[in-house]
Amino acid sequence: MVLPAFTLDAADGSRAFPTGRPALLCFVKEDCPTCGLSMPLIEEAHRAFGNEVDVLIVGQDAEGNAVLVERHGLTAPILDDSALHVSFAYDLDTVPTVILADPTGEERTRFVGFGRDDWRHLVSSLAETSGLRAPAVDWDAYPESRPGCGSKSVEPGIAERLEAEASGSPLRARRIEIATQDDEFEFMFDQGLTDGLPVVPPTPERVLRMLRGTRRDAQEVVATVPPNMAPATIEKIAINAVMAGCLPEYLPVVIAAIEAVCTDTFNAHGIMATTMGAAPVLVVNGPIRHRIGMNMGLGVLGQGNRANATIGRALMLVLRNVGGAKPGGTERSTFGSPMKYTMAFAEWEERSPWSPLHVERGFRAEQSVLTAFGMTGAPHLIVDQTSRSARALGGSIGVGLESAAHPKAHRYGDVLLVVGPEHLDTLTHDGYATKEHLRARVQEVTARPFADVVSDDEVGGGASADSLTSMTAEQRARLVPKFDTPANIHIVVAGADAGKWSAFFAGWTTGAGGTIPTSRVIEE
Amino acid sequence: MTLILDPTDERVPVRRHLTPRPEHLRGVIGLLDISKPRGNVFLDRLEALFHERLPEVEVRRYRKPTFTKPAPEDLRRKILEECGYVIEALAD
Repeated sequence: MVLPAFTLDAADGSRAFPTGRPALLCFVKEDCPTCGLSMPLIEEAHRAFGNEVDVLIVGQDAEGNAVLVERHGLTAPILDDSALHVSFAYDLDTVPTVILADPTGEERTRFVGFGRDDWRHLVSSLAETSGLRAPAVDWDAYPESRPGCGSKSVEPGIAERLEAEASGSPLRARRIEIATQDDEFEFMFDQGLTDGLPVVPPTPERVLRMLRGTRRDAQEVVATVPPNMAPATIEKIAINAVMAGCLPEYLPVVIAAIEAVCTDTFNAHGIMATTMGAAPVLVVNGPIRHRIGMNMGLGVLGQGNRANATIGRALMLVLRNVGGAKPGGTERSTFGSPMKYTMAFAEWEERSPWSPLHVERGFRAEQSVLTAFGMTGAPHLIVDQTSRSARALGGSIGVGLESAAHPKAHRYGDVLLVVGPEHLDTLTHDGYATKEHLRARVQEVTARPFADVVSDDEVGGGASADSLTSMTAEQRARLVPKFDTPANIHIVVAGADAGKWSAFFAGWTTGAGGTIPTSRVIEE
Repeated sequence: MTLILDPTDERVPVRRHLTPRPEHLRGVIGLLDISKPRGNVFLDRLEALFHERLPEVEVRRYRKPTFTKPAPEDLRRKILEECGYVIEALAD
């Protein structure tokens, strides 16, 4: 194997490798006892064979190198690799690493740590190659072997920096220097890169760590992000995921969210632009929920869980920073919504005998799936602490849902209903074996005569009263349920075991002219 | 010094200038209804005013399929090919 060429500074000027002669490269650091043990042998080799063989000590920190020279009375040149670029290029795990190379830079021998026999063989081989006499070494004074220490180039944080600086780095994003006198957090506020809360500075090291969360190529374009129709690469998503506070294992979920939201069916452009204050609401199903520790129980729709909080936030930061959706620009929401910071949670599949959301939507139970809904308003609570029958509780949930958008807004589009565990028990113990039972009850209890859901002088907001004039009495009395079809009622189970509540998100304009809930398999 | 990676799309927005205002209107004016309620009421009134004051100008009407999404590419191209001017009516 031909070893990487390099040039490093030494006390007497710079030294290049290969040298055109046999060379002995000795990678060391000052605070490694095994390196200390090896130093007299390295120095002996230099003194004995230096006329024919270049003995080059590569030291991993400048101050330590000076200490080594002093401590061991070194006359062998010690090269300054405090930037660690050479150690990184040589893919070192351990110091000392001792490599014998031929005049062209081809590797002949390599060993790591300290081995008495390794050194004995090396010294005899150097004597043979050079035709010079081997030094007298008291081998019995040396231990048989000693393990080495970790190379500085693989220390946490440093490895990522070196990878980021190496020519083969997967990073292509523009690098922005924040001056030493600037506060990096304030800088990111000033540049308009945040959602109003502080973000984690996306340093190359952090972004590289984030990219380990996926096997996909950093430059793969995952989606075109509205409103600016900008390409979202895995790298750009990873940068925003770092800012949001994600761990690398969340990245596949964030990628699936971008894929789901940046589609014509989901219509993120409309979601972000509407004055109605719609926001993406992300529901995660399948095994990944447990692996990344998503909350599906107590406080499921609230704060405190890192995965829930940062996955939704990463999506919103991508829409803001890559897509350009900023309040006052193409973001025109009248009130906004706290969901525009973040809204992601998981279904508590194990708590429920009902089919989970993703299985209802045609995926296999063992697949991890993200489903994005375009929803308005924060979660609304449906309070019913007294019903003991499925019929009565289903009725409560139905009339609770009737307030979505406006009580007179019938034949409405989508709703996302979160059934709490106590409500679930009341429903399932009394015969509601599937989610379909609850959907049917909601449609039944909310079915009202058409004449009752039109605007009038007392209460506006429904269908236009003009349509009544051309209707027969029978048509006026025709029952109209709250939702266009039962399939518009999307149901998940989540929340704490205690509390007789359910909650819902009211859909934004539904269908081809608005948004359609969109699912994507999460790559694992 | 801290080094960070740019989280934006890194594209420099194209700077667009207003087209110079013409002294006289002639040719075809497109009226684009984004299909929000009552947008047509506003455009009907505009069309009537054009007929009254600028009878030599032709008015053509266009409509987006939905106000929730950007105008389809075909519609934009059609307006570009057929009209010298366009007026878009927004909402409610």
